[in-house]
Amino acid sequence: MTPCHFFIYIRIKLDIMNILVCISNVPDTTSKINFKEGNTAFDTQGVQFIINPNDEFGLTRAIWLQQKEGAKVTVVTVGDASCEPILRKCLAIGADQALRIDLQPQDGFEVAAQLAAICKKEHFDLIITGRESIDYNGGMVGGMLATLMDMPYVANCIQLDIASNEVGVQREIDGGKEVLNAKLPLVIGAQKGLVEEKDLIIPNMRGIMQARQKPLDVISPEEISPASKVLTFEKPSEKGPVKLVDADDIDGLIDLLENEAKVL
Amino acid sequence: MAVIVYIESENGSPKKAGLEVASYGRAIADAKGLPLVGVGFNVTQREDLNAYGVDTFYNMDTLGEVNFDVNRYSEAIAQVVEKEKASTVVVSSTSNGRYLGPIVAIKTNAAYLSNVVALPTTYEPVQVKRTCFTNKAFNETQSTKERTVLSLSSNSFGLHKKQSTVTFMDGTYPSLSSTLQVKSVEKVTDKVSIADADIVVSGGRGLKGPENWHLIEDLAEVLGAATACSKPVSDMGWRPHSEHVGQTGKPVASNLYIAIGVSGAIQHLAGINASKVKVVINTDPEAPFFKAADYGIVGDAFEVVPKLTEKLKARTQ
Ligand SMILES: Cc1cc2nc3c(=O)[nH]c(=O)nc-3n(C[C@H](O)[C@H](O)[C@H](O)COP(=O)(O)OP(=O)(O)OC[C@H]3O[C@@H](n4cnc5c(N)ncnc54)[C@H](O)[C@@H]3O)c2cc1C
Ligand SMILES: Nc1ncnc2c1ncn2[C@@H]1O[C@H](COP(=O)(O)O)[C@@H](O)[C@H]1O
Repeated sequence: MTPCHFFIYIRIKLDIMNILVCISNVPDTTSKINFKEGNTAFDTQGVQFIINPNDEFGLTRAIWLQQKEGAKVTVVTVGDASCEPILRKCLAIGADQALRIDLQPQDGFEVAAQLAAICKKEHFDLIITGRESIDYNGGMVGGMLATLMDMPYVANCIQLDIASNEVGVQREIDGGKEVLNAKLPLVIGAQKGLVEEKDLIIPNMRGIMQARQKPLDVISPEEISPASKVLTFEKPSEKGPVKLVDADDIDGLIDLLENEAKVL
Repeated sequence: MAVIVYIESENGSPKKAGLEVASYGRAIADAKGLPLVGVGFNVTQREDLNAYGVDTFYNMDTLGEVNFDVNRYSEAIAQVVEKEKASTVVVSSTSNGRYLGPIVAIKTNAAYLSNVVALPTTYEPVQVKRTCFTNKAFNETQSTKERTVLSLSSNSFGLHKKQSTVTFMDGTYPSLSSTLQVKSVEKVTDKVSIADADIVVSGGRGLKGPENWHLIEDLAEVLGAATACSKPVSDMGWRPHSEHVGQTGKPVASNLYIAIGVSGAIQHLAGINASKVKVVINTDPEAPFFKAADYGIVGDAFEVVPKLTEKLKARTQ
């Protein structure tokens, strides 16, 4: 038995749920966004990178499944070596192992296709992506990955209850929510609601120490072309100063909104 | 060859987001000299399709299935795309539009570009302006595929009427079995949703507590607006999560956004910046929101907002 076969054997034997959490490395939410090289590239200088907030909600939900059901949690990112600190952070939060597909992706399709290649090699019962990444905001990787894998996808996922193979999920929709039944394998797009802000796990010293021992494997990318490319970036034009209206002049405000801004 | 638009509907009538997509698709169809083909589910009202320039409309009768079904909807759209040999497909940026877009793109071997805010600058290849970094910037993206699915940001193109005579076609609603089944839909029916709203009234921590939210709700009611809140307000449970707007909450792209007792943190502004006109009411003249707003009142929400609501009420009577 090769180590790989042994691993599959153990997994089937013990029926361990195998979870993949897809992690996007994004600029901290307070970052000022600047561009370089004639506005053709994002300027990362001075920018702090974080785990994409939606992915962190998803990771936390996965860790709960690990703690309660003994699930195995793998985190994966498609990115260059600069992404490793956030993968280490995921390990410190509790993920069992990390994978980095060594490629600076050009678009969401490329990410989805690279992730699909991994998912074809190892079976994952549950694949968690974020609703969207806060940098390129494609909101596309989860749906694309699921479709490439011929798996169902639940976008904007705000609840997930797994009882053996039966899964109860909820999806936020405009003006309400949808309650669904699903089965594993399944892909979800995580967002706040799946867990709450207060549930997020801040790594402790022990977690950080353990993370150093956990595997972080670097995988060579497959030959896959992106479906689009960004040519140039631009910042929104500076807006004029605010028009202040006196607190006693409510009519003045209504007049401006009605006749100048024409929004009433 | 055709331009395809997915026209979202409710109770048989196209929704505003669907008509904006039709307006945008019509402009592309005109630029390329192609017909505009709509796809929709259980659409019975045709006047709007004529008024917004749809030439052909594939209506899928879901035979009593009332719930949105991502697998069957995306398959139905993909089939029309293949049949019409469409190179451009447009969906809206509603939650269902953004759900379908990437799936339809994979099914039809297309590139998918979301957050589109303008007409393409070139068509071969398709190159288009999009927002990125949660509205902190824009980019020009080029599709490297022959087919492109675009998801149009709400309120970025607007409604543009153009008369046509629509030919109705009965589409076949594909029968696909899926492990994903909608059990129920819970909608807050008496309220305008943030995604659909022209006006959004938003409250922050400056309102002091949930018991004061009638200020926000009353103002929203006279304006026919949706209500929203800042992240700490939903984190503290003053308001439901579905009202949390900003970089990590719901995006807002309304015509008018009124922020009351919201300081204007960068993460809040990022998510609401796509709104056309912004109004701030805040006691602190140094609050960062004043730098982002078009109109502002330095004042106490507890005094200003009831007066504003009264005046607006008097105006509508
Ligand atoms: C990773 C991350 C993601 C985040 N994402 C989001 C997000 O998506 N959305 C979001 O909103 N925030 C987000 N935040 C939080 C953000 O940084 C701010 O903390 C938050 O927006 C502040 O909310 P607020 O304006 O309601 O409260 P405060 O900042 O406390 O502001 C309250 C304001 O009310 C004013 N005020 C007080 N009394 C009155 C009165 N009587 N009348 C009128 N005005 C009054 C005050 O002058 C003050 O400006 C995020 C933070 C982080 C770290
Ligand atoms: N480079 C990446 N590596 C791994 N996962 C990613 C990457 N980019 C995006 N994702 C995942 O896909 C989700 C949606 O991203 P996006 O389609 O870019 O909005 C994110 O929340 C992540 O879970």
